[in-house]
Amino acid sequence: MSRLPVKKTYKLFIGGAFPRSESGRTYEADGQNVAHASRKDVRDAVKAARAAQPGWASATAYNRGQVLYRLAEMVEARLSEFADLCTGRDEVERTIDRIVWYAGWADKLPQVLGGSNPVAGPYFNFTIPEPTGVVAVLAPDEPPLLGLVTRLMPPLVGGSAVVAVASETHPIAAVELAEAIATSDLPGGVVNLLTGFRAELAPILASHMDVNAIDLCGADGQAAELERLSAENVKRVVHGRADTQSPWEISSFLELKTVWHPIGR
Amino acid sequence: MTEIQPKQDRAPVPKDWTYAPAPESRDVVKLRDRYGLFVGGEWLEPKESYETISPASEEVLATVGQGSAEDVDHAVAAARAAFANGWSSLPGSERAKYLFRIARILQERAREFAVLESLNGGKPIKESRDVDLPLAAAHFFYYAGWADKLEYAFPNRKPGPVGVAGQIIPWNFPLLMLAWKLAPALACGNTVVLKPAETTPLTALLFCDVLRQAELPPGVVNIVTGDGRTGAALVEHPGVDKIAFTGSTEVGKAIQRQLAGTGKRLTLELGGKAANIVFDDCALDQAVEGIVNGIYFNQGHVCCAGSRLFAQESIYEPLVEKLKKRLETLRVGDPLDKNTDVGAINSKLQLDRIKELVAAGEAEGADIYQPPCHLPERGYWFAPTVFTNVAQSYRIAQEEIFGPVLSVLTFRTPEEAVEKANNTPYGLSAGVWTEKGSRILWMAQRLRAGVVWANTFNRFDPTSPFGGYKESGFGREGGLHGLEPYLRFEE
Repeated sequence: MSRLPVKKTYKLFIGGAFPRSESGRTYEADGQNVAHASRKDVRDAVKAARAAQPGWASATAYNRGQVLYRLAEMVEARLSEFADLCTGRDEVERTIDRIVWYAGWADKLPQVLGGSNPVAGPYFNFTIPEPTGVVAVLAPDEPPLLGLVTRLMPPLVGGSAVVAVASETHPIAAVELAEAIATSDLPGGVVNLLTGFRAELAPILASHMDVNAIDLCGADGQAAELERLSAENVKRVVHGRADTQSPWEISSFLELKTVWHPIGR
Repeated sequence: MTEIQPKQDRAPVPKDWTYAPAPESRDVVKLRDRYGLFVGGEWLEPKESYETISPASEEVLATVGQGSAEDVDHAVAAARAAFANGWSSLPGSERAKYLFRIARILQERAREFAVLESLNGGKPIKESRDVDLPLAAAHFFYYAGWADKLEYAFPNRKPGPVGVAGQIIPWNFPLLMLAWKLAPALACGNTVVLKPAETTPLTALLFCDVLRQAELPPGVVNIVTGDGRTGAALVEHPGVDKIAFTGSTEVGKAIQRQLAGTGKRLTLELGGKAANIVFDDCALDQAVEGIVNGIYFNQGHVCCAGSRLFAQESIYEPLVEKLKKRLETLRVGDPLDKNTDVGAINSKLQLDRIKELVAAGEAEGADIYQPPCHLPERGYWFAPTVFTNVAQSYRIAQEEIFGPVLSVLTFRTPEEAVEKANNTPYGLSAGVWTEKGSRILWMAQRLRAGVVWANTFNRFDPTSPFGGYKESGFGREGGLHGLEPYLRFEE
């Protein structure tokens, strides 16, 4: 007699845990019942991100780089599972390489983006990049895994915490990614992944007063309205591309802090 | 053991001590009765106009244009033409030389500009002379040098100009804010339509004469005076590629909303409610000077003013006592007097706003202190003010007053200081006073603000990036980072 396989329940990823949507809703995508996140789930995710962000930002840059590198290890370990959930092996391999590429930036950013400033007076003056805080990411529908990771890595490597809305049409890869993240030493709450309807979730994120920046990569025709909502707390609005890698992508989610101190005996 | 004699208090300043008047001469400024709008290198006659005054005397100084949407349209067209007809393709080394010329002419005509700045804006001559003018010239000099070095600032990114920049500046540092906006925009090869603040148009209009002397090609810089309607027309204009705004958070949000979906670039430098945090191990007298400079510099009309003083409980009493004593020596009055420390409030509107918030502070239960000082009868004046017994929830601890009003709060531990300092939607600047180096860096790491002054306050430099976190805006002005908003990259 053949064995009946145990099927997975596809849930949200909030604060390091895997809850169902508090609304009890699901929708069908990729042939599965996937959690259909609600306004309350968004709020819970932002709260978890805000709570986790200072700890993540205060980890040493070396440590953040290693944790993100370990995420690449975790995705590599599930390479064949991921290949079935996205466009294939090539997308997964590029995803892994992209994670490794960004992980290496963690301890290099301040030297590339900041520096000391030769002010005309007896002061020591320097500028350093710091994380923006809590970042909302609207992942593109395609490619489901690489697109999400391309938008997740820039805020993460800079020390921000993320609430991401996964590909609406192909959300399963994002749920699998959540499982890789959960085993990667990334502290709970630093990445929160929601599945559901973007048109419903995006305005809640854009108007949320405790979200500091929003990446409208997957926003489609909604972008203008989301930009308008973002003005309520002067959010940084980023129009990220689905397949790109650059340190300037990271700097979109960084603030620059300049510190002055007098020089004297 | 010998008993150590307690140090005698220094003799107090006699109450009846009077300074002889030391007015800076106005003769150096030659004002016209009327000014038009500076468009395409020529003076355009506006349909509507208004009178601009001296806030210290309410005397009418000149009649200036109220730029209409049509005027803005002409200015944008002139800027577009200048962009296309050579400015954007001029070698950086040539653009640089125009900017160097401007810097030099500003230095040469510094006194004339300083006097006019004080006359039209109400700020003390010693500030316009020693801060505004030298810094404005320095900004042009600094960015001039970048014009032919942009590829080194942004390697592998092929930097190029954005196009026509619309720039809207505030009334607190009229010429300096003009310099902050124009210098990087021009260095990067953009052309500009600039709208000065409604109440302080005169130094910007005089600056057009500097452009004439520098032989800047017509249309590269256009200056359209007017009120908020003129600014709104500039923001709305489809021919503008980038908006740079410095002003209130409320207007900044409105602009961000208005630009939604247009694809126009935007940088915002908005309000603040800076915490100035004083620990018990600080050099107390220096800290008192820093607190005074932090909030009474430029009548407190400073977005990064240290308007919330956080005193560690263990030094609260001596600190407040010293501060009050120091306030008695501040000289409030004629902005053109070289001894004046605190000048006139910029406008009736701003004076009313300050009075409203001060009344709210008293009504909510804070204790008010103002040193005895004689305020002139004409003009707009407000005495330096300190509120003690302030709760975090009071309006005077939450809202930007933009006047010479300090709210004193207390804390016990560094953690509490950080918590309270960051408890505001703003994040422009912060100050820390302690002799302990590791604590300075610990605090500087945790304060959510774009500029942190440690054992100093209100320092500015063209090489030093300036700008806010959170609702204090986004984008930086100054330094290499200040170039980025005015560049497009081919990546």
